[in-house]
Amino acid sequence: MVEAPDAPMHDQPLLVAEALCKNYGRVTACRDVSFSLYPGEVLAVVGESGSGKSTLLQLLSAQLAVTSGRVSYRMRDGVLRDLASLGEAGRRFLFRTDWGYVHQDPALGLRMAVSAGANVGERLMAVGWNHYGRIRQTASSWLERVEIDVARIDDAPRTYSGGMRQRLQIARNLVTEPRLVFMDEPTGGLDVSVQARLLDLMRNLVGELGLAAVVVTHDLAVARLLSHRVMVMKGGQVIETGLTDQVLDDPHEPYTQLLVSSILPP
Amino acid sequence: MTAMIEISDAEKSFTMHLQGGVRLPVVRGVSFRVAAGECVVLSGPSGAGKSSILKMIFGNYRCDSGRIGILHEGEMLDLASAEPRQILSVRRATIGYVSQFLRAVPRVPAIDVVAEPLIATGTSRVEARERAQGLLRRLNIPERLWALPPSTFSGGEQQRVNIARGFISDHPVLLLDEPTASLDVKNASAVVDLIQEKKHAGIAIVAIVHDEGIRDLIADRTVDVTTFAAAA
Repeated sequence: MVEAPDAPMHDQPLLVAEALCKNYGRVTACRDVSFSLYPGEVLAVVGESGSGKSTLLQLLSAQLAVTSGRVSYRMRDGVLRDLASLGEAGRRFLFRTDWGYVHQDPALGLRMAVSAGANVGERLMAVGWNHYGRIRQTASSWLERVEIDVARIDDAPRTYSGGMRQRLQIARNLVTEPRLVFMDEPTGGLDVSVQARLLDLMRNLVGELGLAAVVVTHDLAVARLLSHRVMVMKGGQVIETGLTDQVLDDPHEPYTQLLVSSILPP
Repeated sequence: MTAMIEISDAEKSFTMHLQGGVRLPVVRGVSFRVAAGECVVLSGPSGAGKSSILKMIFGNYRCDSGRIGILHEGEMLDLASAEPRQILSVRRATIGYVSQFLRAVPRVPAIDVVAEPLIATGTSRVEARERAQGLLRRLNIPERLWALPPSTFSGGEQQRVNIARGFISDHPVLLLDEPTASLDVKNASAVVDLIQEKKHAGIAIVAIVHDEGIRDLIADRTVDVTTFAAAA
């Protein structure tokens, strides 16, 4: 794709997936997935368990090697680079600085035995912060932003409730001001009241920070609240895609209609 | 007069895959124009496809064929074939839509529900809130409710919050789906005043209004939707 050299950053995709495929032996987990994600855009990937959506998230975030296809990311210097060409060190650097990854299980994204403040501060130290006072101050302001009582800053997340852990994981991810966040079922396993609070929080943070995000969820309400665009996956393939409200209010594919019609009214 | 909306030969049907693939025709041959400062009211009985046409203009329903031309940032853009990003940009800058029901986001106070579209286009939070307050006051929402999420409000209060949210921006195109349906006379007349102000400001409006008295007050023209009936 040829881009106008003076096109503003906002008009250029941040993440580009081209014909992504992933096979496990004879099993195809992901087939021919292509899309572009723009700065500030939130894309929801929906589908039932086994549809390939978590595999896709791992391919996009370079945690899993593609069988074929390519994922490219626009680095801070404005150049779109193939993730495979970055090498392990380059990908780790992206993960520390420009990307966030919110796991469904906060225990995977946090260090459960060290303090909440250290969990947030650690990401800052990884990008070169070394002034203890500033790190602690930034960590506590982030705890406030995610509605965690600052008096709990020295407590380890294993003493936190599930909802608090998930909010702490979000703070840890966002403290380095990433441009792209991957989220894997971020509200899965939480009570509905806790979910609502988390969703509202994420919605505000994504808007305020202008984050781009890829959110994997089986919950269409999460997709509706958080995302601009939706991709519906089934059997490793994208079967329908479009604006979130288009796909949810006017679903075309049989499987999407089944998903939409399966929601119980509250 | 500048045409803000130019619809030609738009068609919409639903295919219900879960009901054996039944095809439900909604409308076909939808063609009309709306100029700046003009209010066009869609008329026709329930089920004729009025709301569907509004949703097609908003890009919420996808057209099977035809064109939905919208004057967006100086150019006619066909929403029926536009990219999702273009549609989002049109919704941010050009088209406002007041649906029949407020889709309330949990925990967000009414004042922020109303102010949000302005903040999204770069107005400062303070100024957006001030304008939101002005609208809530005109629509007779008691001040004690402003800081509460509208999910607990009455139907009429929710509808007025929804109207305030739809009217706060200076979008050049406004789509109104039964804006006065659940309102008493006093509040309905407040909405009529707001609509008149929008028309004077050159906003193009497409509305669905069942109340004939209100229709006569706001309509420059009616478009009979039954002429777009799609034969089964």
